[in-house]
Amino acid sequence: MIRIAATLAAVLGLAACGEQPQIANRVKQDTAVFQGTGMPYQAGGWKAGDRNSWEQQLKVRTQNGQNEYVKAN
Amino acid sequence: MARMKFICDSERCIECNGCVTACKNEHEVPWGVNRRRVVTLNDGVPGEKSVSVACMHCSDAPCMAVCPVNCFYRTEEGVVLHDKDVCIGCGYCSYACPFGAPQFPSAGAFGVRGKMDKCTFCAGGPEANGSQAEFEKYGRNRLAEGKLPACAEMCSTKALLAGDGDVVADIFRTRVLKRGKGAEVWGWGTAYGSRQAGQPGGQKS
Repeated sequence: MIRIAATLAAVLGLAACGEQPQIANRVKQDTAVFQGTGMPYQAGGWKAGDRNSWEQQLKVRTQNGQNEYVKAN
Repeated sequence: MARMKFICDSERCIECNGCVTACKNEHEVPWGVNRRRVVTLNDGVPGEKSVSVACMHCSDAPCMAVCPVNCFYRTEEGVVLHDKDVCIGCGYCSYACPFGAPQFPSAGAFGVRGKMDKCTFCAGGPEANGSQAEFEKYGRNRLAEGKLPACAEMCSTKALLAGDGDVVADIFRTRVLKRGKGAEVWGWGTAYGSRQAGQPGGQKS
């Protein structure tokens, strides 16, 4: 009898542990940007899927496009 | 790769709103929504300063912390993005954001208060890179095209810098060390000649 009661108590007590989470955590996985778009109008100088070449190309682009001291002084 | 960062040099910003226009054009942002805007302090007073403001892609983003449906995520490059399919348009992120970045279009699924829209650092959203679905919800994914945010690339005075935080910091540091002040400012000699007005032996302006 005690064993049955203990089992019932355990089942009822642990029922909440099986509850499904109710937060809407459904953010889709985003593809990494260095994978490229596959479109023809990408900037040149890097290879889609190669993280290092993408990073390097962006660093060069930042310096050439936004640092006029590179060109003027 | 360091984190992607924006910085606006208030010594250079001339309040032309070119960044705002570039953003709206690039992403076809609807009326009533400004992912980026120019704020001017002491407008009309000598010495006024302008600064271009949008989502700053915070390292510890308050919008992410308060979102009840957890629609935000951060990319490996440190760009804070969100999933519009999960957003419920509650506006908590708007209250939490110190920059006023979250925008709520009046058209769409939620009527008066639509799903949140904000600067994506031109990195799109969770849809496939460069897809039509991504463009319609989040705008162009320039980072995946090997480009930088349109606002910074279109900035006429290069006041607004965007890119890898280390590179942006280098550019800004070089600028601050070299530009000096008054006649030392870069371009002064070209514009006014080497002998400037207001100095002994200088010409009148």
